[in-house]
Amino acid sequence: MTTTIERPEDETSAGSDVPTITADAADGSPELGQASTPETALPAETVDDDVPRAIGSRTQDDVLSLYGSLVGSGALTWLLYYQILPFTGRVGFVLCWFGVFVAMYAGVSAIGNPRLVVIDRVMGAIVKAGALIVFGTLATAVAFTLVRGLSALMNVNFWTEDMSGVRPTSSLGQGGVLHAIIGSMIEVGIAVAITLPLGIGTAVYMNEVGGRMSRVVRTIVEAMTALPSIVAGLFIYTVLIVTFGVSRTGIAAAAAIGVMMLPIIARSADVVLRVAPGGLREASLALGASKWQTVRQVVLPTVRPGLATALILGIARGVGETSPVLLTSGASTFFNADPFNEPMNSLPLFVFSAVRSGEPLYISRGFAAAAVLLILVLILFVITRLLARQRVGRR
Amino acid sequence: MTILLEPDQHPAEAPDDDQPRSIDPALPPGDRVFHGFAHVIGLSTLVIMGAIGLFLGYQSIPTFRRYGLGFLTESQWQPEQDVLGISAVLLGTATVAVVALAIAFPLALTSAVYISEYAAPRVKSFLVSLIDLMAAVPSIIWGLWGFFLLQPKAIHVAHWLHTHLGFLPFFHVDTDPEAAPWAQSRYAASAFIAGIAVSMMVLPMAAAVMRQVFSQAPPGEREAALALGSTRWGMIRTVVLPFGRGGIIGGTMLAMGRALGETIAVVLIISPAFEIKFKPLEVGTSTVSALIAGRFGEATSSQLSALLTAGFVLFIITLIVNTLAAMIVARSRSGAVTD
Repeated sequence: MTTTIERPEDETSAGSDVPTITADAADGSPELGQASTPETALPAETVDDDVPRAIGSRTQDDVLSLYGSLVGSGALTWLLYYQILPFTGRVGFVLCWFGVFVAMYAGVSAIGNPRLVVIDRVMGAIVKAGALIVFGTLATAVAFTLVRGLSALMNVNFWTEDMSGVRPTSSLGQGGVLHAIIGSMIEVGIAVAITLPLGIGTAVYMNEVGGRMSRVVRTIVEAMTALPSIVAGLFIYTVLIVTFGVSRTGIAAAAAIGVMMLPIIARSADVVLRVAPGGLREASLALGASKWQTVRQVVLPTVRPGLATALILGIARGVGETSPVLLTSGASTFFNADPFNEPMNSLPLFVFSAVRSGEPLYISRGFAAAAVLLILVLILFVITRLLARQRVGRR
Repeated sequence: MTILLEPDQHPAEAPDDDQPRSIDPALPPGDRVFHGFAHVIGLSTLVIMGAIGLFLGYQSIPTFRRYGLGFLTESQWQPEQDVLGISAVLLGTATVAVVALAIAFPLALTSAVYISEYAAPRVKSFLVSLIDLMAAVPSIIWGLWGFFLLQPKAIHVAHWLHTHLGFLPFFHVDTDPEAAPWAQSRYAASAFIAGIAVSMMVLPMAAAVMRQVFSQAPPGEREAALALGSTRWGMIRTVVLPFGRGGIIGGTMLAMGRALGETIAVVLIISPAFEIKFKPLEVGTSTVSALIAGRFGEATSSQLSALLTAGFVLFIITLIVNTLAAMIVARSRSGAVTD
């Protein structure tokens, strides 16, 4: 304990002979002096090589007070938490450690620094901890799904068979999710085939044609992005299945996904088209091109990467959304590539029904299907990033 | 060439009929087709979207005629006794959303500040795409995460909160926290745990909007603050955060709109209960979307329209929240787009 506090104290007393200059500026002279040249010939030197001062650098005081407090608070918290006070549990330990760390870091910093620097350091620690929690959580969610699903993913039959005749308690050597993968692809494929032309066409209409009606369309589209996905599913369920007597099939699920995706795609395509450079548009029109030629040969090619990004993010959303298919598709166990007859399973629905079954083996199948879903989304996402990067490269 | 040789003809003629040429000629036929086609597409989207809104609104008429405004104040959902009401589920929806925002807001704010102000330039774009990826992770994955990984840990946190802060009414749970084997099941399947899972889903939306607005803070003002000797946090507090206030509020409200409608993660975690209570730590709650997911199957047509009404009420609430959010973001100094 005492050592961690003392070391930074020494350091600050060595560096704080210029108290008005902040910590960043104070570091240059003492450190350089100790290392190489004892006499301070600074003015002559700086004129020669006019190197800009590194503004992001850390002084020894910064580094030592950070790591010192980290270690010190860890030790203190361990002692109090596990040895003296009757607490258990890792979550609590980490929380207490962080609390003690912030207090100790503030205390150590306050010894040789003005109040503003102390606040800066404490807030820096809090901001970084928050970011760490967020990215750490994302990592745990991805890793947890992949690890729990690994045992089922390793079986080849998981990728090549369906679940017909396979009981929930059957070993992982039987059955698979091919029907769900195919089902997801067909449903999302139909949904995209409907929503893509409609969504992009609507965006083109709102931006390139305009008129009084287009403002109404934009308002309605923006309003419908607020539609919860379960309500979209319930709408299709009520209209198609209850009222018109369509049975629970792939096409009903595709309609539900489409209703959910249409405002999302139209809205993001609208945002992309809105930021397309107007100068290009005007140049094309000034050269005598018609509006249609301008849209087709200037505007759309310019925003193509952005449109692709919007579309793929919409697809990722549509693939992963469970609630619309929960209401409309019906969970089949068998392979079915016909969206118009018989129920059609899909990945999110399979995951949902598997983890609710309570059978350990079936649950690990569910995790494996979730891992497949996650990998699918990851692939779509990487494609998006590559497309977005292409735009930078082409200009 | 010949015109130049006889200069006195043109000047005399031109001043007389100085009619500017019409620069807005009639559309060429190709464009007329294009305009017509675009109109048709735009209007069909309008019709589809508008039909859904109208249908939902129309469906709620018989419900309100039958149950009156009691539909909004009744807490029980008992179709067999013909008692249907959504006050308990609305409160549950609000509880989950409040818990989710209480967790998501500080985390989204700190991670947005981190990405825009602290992260090294090399990793910045990588971190931005990680946030986008987090938004693309399917909600069922967060449901699994919440149910299998988080819940066993979160019940201890809930127990600790109840034991030490139980005097606060919203940390109260109807059980004895000091009992030798404390009742773990009383702390499971609660709005608290569902709220944490939902918070992870809505957090990236809020963080993305906030980061976008922060990154548009005027560099001149940033540099001025730094040049006057401000620390990094001093610069963030005096320049970036005030500049991004609209984005902070708007992003949080967009996240709230999403949190209100979240279904699957909530359905996986909570155990349904129809009570008017604000005890997030205690077992059992229900939300509008969980109600729909749980009850649509056995519903008769009148119950179905009651469910649609519940969905409509949820839609209206989400719509109001989203519209306010969009207005706030658009009105902030940045004029950032909300996507």
